[in-house]
Amino acid sequence: MSGERPRLAVHKLASCDGCQVAILNLEQRLLELADRFEVAFFLEATSRAQSGPYDVALVEGSVTTPSDLERIHRIREQSRTLVTIGACATSGGIQALRNQAEVESWKQQIYPHPEWIEVLATSTPVSDHVHVDAQIEGCPVNAEQVLRVLTRALLGARSDLPGASVCLECKRRGNVCVVVARGLPCLGPVTRGGCGALCPSLGRDCYACFGPSEDPNVDSLARHLRAAGLSARDVARRLRGVAGWRPELREAALRLERGDG
Amino acid sequence: MVERRRIEVRALARVEGHGALHVALEGGRVAELRLEIFEPPRFFEAFLRGRAAAELPDLVARICGICPVAYQMSAVQALESLLGVEVEPQVRALRRLYYAGEWIESHLLHMIFLAAPDYLGLDDAMEIARREPRQVERALALRALGNRILVLLGARPVNPVGVRIGGFHQAPSRTELEDLGDALRPARGEAEALLQWFASLPVPRRPQEIELVALHHPDEYPMSEGRIVSTRGLSVEPDAFDEAFEESQVPHSTALHCRLRERGAYQVGPLARLLLNRDHLSPAARAACDGLRDRFAQPDPAASVFARGIEVIQAIDEALSVIERYEPPAAPAAPWTPRAGVGYGATEAPRGLLYMRVETDPAGDIAQLRIVPPTAQNQARIEDDLRGLLPAALALSEEEARRRCEAAIRDYDPCISCATHFLRLVVDRRGDPCLASS
Repeated sequence: MSGERPRLAVHKLASCDGCQVAILNLEQRLLELADRFEVAFFLEATSRAQSGPYDVALVEGSVTTPSDLERIHRIREQSRTLVTIGACATSGGIQALRNQAEVESWKQQIYPHPEWIEVLATSTPVSDHVHVDAQIEGCPVNAEQVLRVLTRALLGARSDLPGASVCLECKRRGNVCVVVARGLPCLGPVTRGGCGALCPSLGRDCYACFGPSEDPNVDSLARHLRAAGLSARDVARRLRGVAGWRPELREAALRLERGDG
Repeated sequence: MVERRRIEVRALARVEGHGALHVALEGGRVAELRLEIFEPPRFFEAFLRGRAAAELPDLVARICGICPVAYQMSAVQALESLLGVEVEPQVRALRRLYYAGEWIESHLLHMIFLAAPDYLGLDDAMEIARREPRQVERALALRALGNRILVLLGARPVNPVGVRIGGFHQAPSRTELEDLGDALRPARGEAEALLQWFASLPVPRRPQEIELVALHHPDEYPMSEGRIVSTRGLSVEPDAFDEAFEESQVPHSTALHCRLRERGAYQVGPLARLLLNRDHLSPAARAACDGLRDRFAQPDPAASVFARGIEVIQAIDEALSVIERYEPPAAPAAPWTPRAGVGYGATEAPRGLLYMRVETDPAGDIAQLRIVPPTAQNQARIEDDLRGLLPAALALSEEEARRRCEAAIRDYDPCISCATHFLRLVVDRRGDPCLASS
């Protein structure tokens, strides 16, 4: 990153484009970002598609096809710093629900020509395949966190996003706890903060779209939710959400499904 | 010797999701044309089976980062009809406000980021900002207002979290809506000025014979409910979707497309809505539409950008009319109990009709789910449009021909991520990825 502006790329694998839209939602600040970085590749926003190397690559989406598996290796080779953005890229996304299903049988049920469907059996996070320098959680990401990580990259500093739970953000906002006061099955206690406790602030239960917090005690929360009246199956289903393929969440879900949770 | 040419767009830029175009021309004739989708399928209909009905509004939002509200609205409509839930009038009005927010956000994203660079011969909106900062600022400020509506009712613009079966998790206060109204009132003039700027740009003309399909409602511009109607006399309730539409295989490729039974390709989206519902436009939107009368004399996909601009004005007026009559509802959501049944939802996503059929089991869990997004419906129409455009493109340089094809595809504002949970990625015998739909 010498005298010239550092080169930024935004890539997409299997996803809804929502994290890219969250970046476009920066509006005026997006234009400022385009002054600080040379936007070398961002297919959704520009026709100017330049090849690498890139100083910073943001990657949205999970790895679900043989061609995307190849592509993520090429992206890694061309990128000095690779940052995954959003639940698909960091956790495998909601589409990772297929990982414990028989994708072959789904193909048989849905497609007249299942032999034409070229997909991997699993939807996996980018970090399962290549080294990732920083992860930005969320479904979608909080664009403020993206700006923070990019600003620090400009300064040559590492990402410093917090890993504490949504509960901390609820306390800061002065929310009444929806678990304690209303008995809602809120996953906030085991979910990474960063959204600003959006769901509890609307009086509803968090569904863990920012993935697990640091050192979450998922089994303890599961016991609490079961004591509040949810079945083991219901608690497991809740854990298997948009970030449900993360080991902390899926292993707790598996224990509940097996009956030893 | 017959002249052979190929036009290849390996990665479509400025569209939502990943697609490509392959064309082979022989002696001025289109020998082969494929709009390919290499967006990976995500199997939504399959993995949502067994989820709780209450989870559906949150989960279907993940199909599309640009139009999550459309998926939420079609899902709650289907579920509420299935459950026999009556939504109270103020909640229904708030949902129109919410949908208006998404139309504003999505239409402006398309107009300034995706479409405008084509008319100016530039690569992106960042370049436009250097040349026409006032217009880009105007578009971004309008778009921010759409997002503000989404934040008010859903806490965030992408994958908003406010919607539930029966209503919302929380209803806004009268004061919050009044503040929003204060911000929206000057926006109508800004939207009119932006539309005028677009009207001054060299937007191409491609009038053609098209059957247009959209919702129609007796009392209002269609958004959250209505009958499915067309410019050639179709008129059915959403539950009769399968009687009117079919998915069929095209002989020249492995692609399946959604077509009108016995009639073929059709177009959904802002142009279809506008031309089928002009009588329900607000006075300001009506005036804007009249001002562009010659662009709407015959259906022209290239005029879709103007339809979007008019719908931005319409959405601002819709939002203001909700705000002015708002009284907080007695409860933000109507109660319901899980049960088995079948429900249908049809609402107008920014890109057009979004149909959903939901079947639940006795526990209230999702047993079957079918989703037909707008881009899947426009698929056949886009290919027809390109076939019509290509012979004339033979006279042009390859670069210019490619640019025209890409711009024509963008007129439909295709949302490939949306389409792909449903469109099937297939590989034909030569190993090229092709597109088909379920």
